[in-house]
Amino acid sequence: MYGFKRDMLAVLGFTFFLLIIPRILGNDYYINTLTLSLTHAIIAVGLNLLMGYAGQVSLGHAAFYGLAAYTSAILTTTYSVPLPLGMMSGILVSGVVALLIGIPTLKLKGHYLAMATLGFGVIVYIFFNETIELTGGPSGFGGISRLQVMGYRFASDISYYYLVAFVLAGVVLLSLNLIHSRIGRALRAIHTSETASQISGIDIAKYKVFVFVLSALFAGVAGVLYVHNIAFVAPGSFGFNFSIELVTMVVLGGMANVWGAVIGACFLSILPEFLRVFENIEIVLYGAILIVFTIFLPEGIAGGITKLFLMMKPKRSDAAGKE
Amino acid sequence: MKKPARYLFLAIAVVCLSITSAGADDVIKIGAIFSATGPASPLGEAEKNTALLLQEQINAKGGVMGKKLEIIIYDDESSVDKAVSAADKLLKKDNVVAVVGPSTTPNTLAIEAKFEAAAVPLVSCAAGEKIVVPVKKWVFKTPQSDRLAVARILSHLKSRKISKIAIITVSDAYGQGGREMLKALAPKAGIELTADEVYSPKDTDMTVQLTKIKSTNAKAIVSWGTPQTGSAIVAKNRAQLGMSVPLYLSHGVAARKFIELAGSAGEGILLPAGRLIVADEVPAKNPQKALLTKYVKDYETKFKSPVSTFGGHAWDAVMLVVKAIELGKSDKPADIRANLEKIKGFVGTAGVFNFSPEEHNGLNESAFEMVTIQKGDWKIVK
Repeated sequence: MYGFKRDMLAVLGFTFFLLIIPRILGNDYYINTLTLSLTHAIIAVGLNLLMGYAGQVSLGHAAFYGLAAYTSAILTTTYSVPLPLGMMSGILVSGVVALLIGIPTLKLKGHYLAMATLGFGVIVYIFFNETIELTGGPSGFGGISRLQVMGYRFASDISYYYLVAFVLAGVVLLSLNLIHSRIGRALRAIHTSETASQISGIDIAKYKVFVFVLSALFAGVAGVLYVHNIAFVAPGSFGFNFSIELVTMVVLGGMANVWGAVIGACFLSILPEFLRVFENIEIVLYGAILIVFTIFLPEGIAGGITKLFLMMKPKRSDAAGKE
Repeated sequence: MKKPARYLFLAIAVVCLSITSAGADDVIKIGAIFSATGPASPLGEAEKNTALLLQEQINAKGGVMGKKLEIIIYDDESSVDKAVSAADKLLKKDNVVAVVGPSTTPNTLAIEAKFEAAAVPLVSCAAGEKIVVPVKKWVFKTPQSDRLAVARILSHLKSRKISKIAIITVSDAYGQGGREMLKALAPKAGIELTADEVYSPKDTDMTVQLTKIKSTNAKAIVSWGTPQTGSAIVAKNRAQLGMSVPLYLSHGVAARKFIELAGSAGEGILLPAGRLIVADEVPAKNPQKALLTKYVKDYETKFKSPVSTFGGHAWDAVMLVVKAIELGKSDKPADIRANLEKIKGFVGTAGVFNFSPEEHNGLNESAFEMVTIQKGDWKIVK
């Protein structure tokens, strides 16, 4: 129970931190960028479970994100399905599709999931572009209503930010809990040695499919939160590049570390905003920072912070380095 | 020792704040969102350059109503999400009085609602008709709509007594906008579509689609795309297949890049285009003549690269906002919007603009000339 209590405390602290950020910043033009990076963090946490713990790479998570977004958008706008039902269906569609892809590919050894999801991502992207009557095609799909739950309308950006912050906290808590459970141990065992874990009686395929579907569901949650915030959706947001960006978030933040995924997602989503001042060399700097981080922090940002802590501990016992 | 440092910091902060607020009165701040990088960069770069050029020229002449014009430009990297956060920043942080851009249709559609809510006018540089149809109170646009370009092509087809055409379009926002218009307007003009082919923006060969078209009895091909999204390849493949039926392209290929990419295969193709690319040939009595020649000269000397229609869209957008400010002698967002609707007979690069509460694009079919390529240069079809 010690582990769970500690996680609970960490998540509570994290939630508190998220809630006070807007007050520190003062100006509310950042809110939407923050909301968006927390949305990305929800996907990254799921993808991190898959990559960091089950050792499988997905190059199609942008597609699960998009599928849920489009499903909810189309159901609630074109077919006037009530919002909660539309959103649930969106998340469900992502999960079911992941199940259908996961069952055959995850029975195989090696990186077949990466290949399958790569192809899947491209297909979904083309589907969004070509089915113009349904999705509005490349110019996008508008007129989507903002989130409304039991009569309360999340009209302001700040209310939406709080909502996404709470959902992210929930997702993080669930993931921490999962990792410290029997499933988490099984997943780590699979990552270390498939043969050894199979001998120990772990149903490898079952656990892999489970965590893959779970990560797709998280992406779905992010997708519906995204679409009812921006109230507009275009295929460009769900292309192959975004899938790669998601993988980068996980790797940069720190694999096999839930907090790492959150840090990576926020870092990658917010960094370009800070680099704006450099105008023309913005992209060069962005690339350079990524390279430096990967070279000097092979375990990601989260790994680096942990190391820093351990280095400082023997010298000074107070938590001076804490932000 | 810690406390004095804190006071010092506070003092600096207070000084900085007072400086920024003091300067605000004699500056008019206009925002701009362009896709200066990413897939739509051919559009955004020319637009950004043009905005910078105009800012310099206007301020050299003493600004707008005696106030300095400041154009705050953000790059949306051709992404919807970035356009949304750029819009937030312009509206909430920079408190601009009007915004020009974005460069593409989806990015414009994504941020429209924010401008309606914030009550700040947006003058888009994107082509899609959906931006202004139905009319939204705070949203305007400067490029000629697909509808006008398609109408111009169809009337040219009719004048040549062609009644069967095949269309081949690129699967992005621009190409599909044109495709929708072609499918809607061609039957009304008594023109039959014998084939409706689509290719994707990154395709490098359209022989398959063109071979299919060849097997139908189409008397002309209409292709919707830009030089970077396959139009040059369509022209090349058509030449390779030895197809003799005329090829009509969209106004989106009206850039020097197309002639470079298509080479000899571009000779003889037809397209509706704003007068900017044929500025030399526009007769002197045309009201646009003087403006076009000056813009082309200024742009090409400053940036050492050929002018394109897209830069022209930004010219129109910025100058329309300036015109609206001068017309109403007010730089309040609500007044700018009201006065934009009152602008009549404004000579821009895309044509002569006539706005009204029902018309937020302000152009008609006369904004286009039919243009062809002869000996590696644009020529007006007489």
